[in-house]
Amino acid sequence: MRRIHSLFTGSATKKPAANQNLVAYIFMTPWLIGFLVFTVGPILISLYLSFTRYDLFTSPEWTAFSNYERLFMRDSRFATSLAVTAKYVLFSVPLRLIFALMVALVLNRGIRGLSIYRAIYYLPSLLGGSIAISILWRQVFGLRGLVNQVLAIVGIEGQSWIAEPSTALYTLILLGVWQFGSPMIIFLAGLKQIPQELYEASQIDGANKPQQFFKITLPLLTPIIFFNLIMQMVGSFQAFTPSFIITGGGPIDSTLFYTLYLYQQGFVNFRMGYAASLAWVLLVIIAIFTAIAFLSSRYWVYYEDSDR
Amino acid sequence: MTFIRKHRLFTHLMLMAGALVMLYPLLWMVSSSFKPASIIFSEPGIIPSQLTLDNYTHGWTALGTPFSQFYLNSFTIVALVVFGNVVTCSLTAYAFARLNFRFKKVWFTLMLGTIMLPGHVTLIPTYVLFNQLGWLNSFLPLTVPSFFSTSAFFVFLMVQFIRGIPRDLDDAASVDGANSFQIYWYIILPLSTPALITTAIFSFIWEWDNFFTHLLYINSISLFTVPLGLRTFIDATGESSYGPLFAMSVLSLIPVFMFFIGAQRWLVEGISTTGFKG
Repeated sequence: MRRIHSLFTGSATKKPAANQNLVAYIFMTPWLIGFLVFTVGPILISLYLSFTRYDLFTSPEWTAFSNYERLFMRDSRFATSLAVTAKYVLFSVPLRLIFALMVALVLNRGIRGLSIYRAIYYLPSLLGGSIAISILWRQVFGLRGLVNQVLAIVGIEGQSWIAEPSTALYTLILLGVWQFGSPMIIFLAGLKQIPQELYEASQIDGANKPQQFFKITLPLLTPIIFFNLIMQMVGSFQAFTPSFIITGGGPIDSTLFYTLYLYQQGFVNFRMGYAASLAWVLLVIIAIFTAIAFLSSRYWVYYEDSDR
Repeated sequence: MTFIRKHRLFTHLMLMAGALVMLYPLLWMVSSSFKPASIIFSEPGIIPSQLTLDNYTHGWTALGTPFSQFYLNSFTIVALVVFGNVVTCSLTAYAFARLNFRFKKVWFTLMLGTIMLPGHVTLIPTYVLFNQLGWLNSFLPLTVPSFFSTSAFFVFLMVQFIRGIPRDLDDAASVDGANSFQIYWYIILPLSTPALITTAIFSFIWEWDNFFTHLLYINSISLFTVPLGLRTFIDATGESSYGPLFAMSVLSLIPVFMFFIGAQRWLVEGISTTGFKG
């Protein structure tokens, strides 16, 4: 847990020995170049481009805040894509974490065949991001897909789940939840680190299972829950493939993910400046959500080293 | 006692039912890829009533350019990305984990920050850059960045691992007159093999499944990777040929599935120690 936690705190550094500076920067050269050319430079240029009209073929034309003004005042598809993405994140992330935690808790009870179950539940999250699985989903929830074939057996005539605006997004959320395997593995690793003595001691004191769960397991697991929450949230905001392949953003924009809209503006309509402003809004939104999680963490995340 | 045994049995039954639900779509896709087109839409069962290999033979060449070309392209890109990540991320990680230098804390914080940075913020200027370099419709935009340790995740993974290698080894070598480069080459690199393997495997899997940047940068069908081939397949044929589409999808999952079977230990440890998606 401390290992994971160190991601957010960095590491303590000693005073640098002067002769090590040069050597260290030689080792760092590839990363430094990459960081400047592929990260810092593009971030700044994208901020600049977000204030311009730019079609890739003629040079950028400064338009001040008009991109942002249009985004927030006049672009209903922007609002739609934001709402769709927010709904996707708000449903798929908590559900994925709940499933991950529940299965991890069951598997952690010293069950026989742990490694087999773990492997099976992990597999979907390993394969799920691929085009192949999106193709599968497209068929499974289609009009004549697997789901409706199964429903037909019990005499229910299903609809096309991906062509119906009220259900399309839920099929994508389901695809997201289906991939709960990797947070599950992180939870399992975290559960293994909880000292067994705590349970034994509490048992002597007469604690029952639910009390043990709420007083020991859950508090000690909060750093991992926090970590999973942040990473899954950041990842889900950027989901693209399901929307692009399974539904194409439709029907009637009901699954128009934010990233798909950005792609359409930038690389279909060649409104690069507008797409850059969309990207910056996404960055700010993700930053706000992450900041809220961090600020709230002091009230619900338990840190072993209680200097916080 | 019998209560506990019954309870255990119940847990197993629940877990197995869950596993079946989780795996059923995958199993059904594999099974359907061997079914004649006429029964894919009418047979929800896993055991095919009729078997055929037609989907595979038709699918392989359905786009004119055979899938062998797409596989060759995918493997070329993946090999370069894996190589670039393993080499340059370990160099960076060694500096962060072992050397002391000015602004180290600042760089480290920035490096970690890039893990959470949404890629879309850098997307447009990077595209413009590659366009101006004349690199569009080539493998360069997909492979060159990996030679500049741009995958902060792997840097972090290796930093964590190298920190776990006892410093006594470095100190002993340093007493014997080894410099930092020798320590890196003869001590840290060999001892960090597990982290290098984990990096190689995850680089492979993520790049194999990578779709978005391939979609942006590659236009000619002769340069298509497997995901682009599959995507074109759907657009070209639509609902009519799910058999061949499933067959090619199943094949595209095989490399990742092989890692799942053969290298699960590395996958699980990699995720557990760094706590990232897999």
